[in-house]
Amino acid sequence: MCLSIPGQVVSIDETVPELKMGKVDFAGIRKDVCLQWLEDVKVGDYVLVHVGFALSKVDEKEALSTIEMFKEMEGLIDERKE
Amino acid sequence: MKYVDEFRSAKAAEVYFRLIKRTITKPHVIMEICGGQTHTIMKYGIEEMLPKELTIVHGPGCPVCVTPLEMIDKALAIASLDDVIFTSFGDMLRVRGSKDDLLSMKAGGHDVRIVFSPLDAVNIAAMNKDKKVVFFAVGFETTAPANAMAVIEAKRRGLKNFSILCSHVLVPPAIEALLSNRGTRIQAFLAAGHVCTVMGYEEYIPLCEKYKTPIVVTGFEPVDILQGIYMAVKQLEEEQYKVENQYGRVVSKEGNIAAKELLKDVFNIVDRKWRGIGTIPQSGFRLKDFYSEFDAEKVFGLEGKTYSEDPRFRGDDNESKCIAGEVLQGLKKPSACSAYGSLCTPEHPLGAPMVSSEGVCAAYFHYKKREGAAG
Repeated sequence: MCLSIPGQVVSIDETVPELKMGKVDFAGIRKDVCLQWLEDVKVGDYVLVHVGFALSKVDEKEALSTIEMFKEMEGLIDERKE
Repeated sequence: MKYVDEFRSAKAAEVYFRLIKRTITKPHVIMEICGGQTHTIMKYGIEEMLPKELTIVHGPGCPVCVTPLEMIDKALAIASLDDVIFTSFGDMLRVRGSKDDLLSMKAGGHDVRIVFSPLDAVNIAAMNKDKKVVFFAVGFETTAPANAMAVIEAKRRGLKNFSILCSHVLVPPAIEALLSNRGTRIQAFLAAGHVCTVMGYEEYIPLCEKYKTPIVVTGFEPVDILQGIYMAVKQLEEEQYKVENQYGRVVSKEGNIAAKELLKDVFNIVDRKWRGIGTIPQSGFRLKDFYSEFDAEKVFGLEGKTYSEDPRFRGDDNESKCIAGEVLQGLKKPSACSAYGSLCTPEHPLGAPMVSSEGVCAAYFHYKKREGAAG
């Protein structure tokens, strides 16, 4: 039930200050998403969405450093040639 | 899909399988808490690829599975009223109460609707002022802020016909209940990453220290899970215990502060009954009195009403052979149940873990078929 999916913010609507909404694109499917809990969210950001609410921004630096670590680990394994 | 595909890379997965194999020297038991993680482990066949020293047990992190029977019966009682539109996430509809389920009620002509978000339920209330609209607020800390927001939004819009049937459960008290059980064989946890996007992971630090048990906040893609398992195995091999965060791309130590504030404003922490496990102290949310006009139990006079559990679901009845309670606590695997795959299937479930697609028995059934059925 905690299924949450990353998507990209394509627009932000702050007409109702208590309920900041936006459109989020999930690989071509666009949904209305509440962005109220993310203060500094901008169009183009990737956010993690659960039941129509953005829970957090995807930290691009962290994501890239994890992916980079995968590559380093691959190198390590290849070097040792099990 | 960006930030998904990278974490499904076969090459990266192979690296972590090899790292785990190289690191492990003795038997370890690791529990993943969340049903979503259980689903990934089964779907990608991760368990079969891990070294034989490593046992993965599956935790109670499926809200659908642990929602107590009396809550389902209360939902059914409300949904049966003519002036009610009952709204819920789809996976709650097939869970049986003592007699029936919401899907059968819908088939019988009652107005039961599946919604994508609790805000959809608020909109339904705004468009149907002559009906009482109730949302079944089930879920962990991940979902609770969304449901809190639905209540705030209904109040802001002055809606008098919206309420929630609140049955929220909390993860850390469940971890503590599992660890404090003397018979436990769990040596490390993969904490549920999406719960931690909201709550952060500060509250796991005292648990980790008290029970000297490693806890690794872990994501949901196969490489996330493998990296989480590797981090836990490494700690166990080095005889360390600390809280680590594998899922840094969306989880911070403090979590989402605005969502946490909202939870504090809207809910009180109360004892909550978990289906198949029993009552766990301080393990659930209930609406504060300030929001009592949105509390469906109060609106429909169902407070304190109890229903008796059908022995088939209790898990301790010889006749039923359902061992859901033990499965949800990681004490047994579904394949150890004599009803699994024969008397109990997703079409004809005996216990709740066979109902939800994230339930451990259903995950075993979908991806492992009948392998190991009947012991």
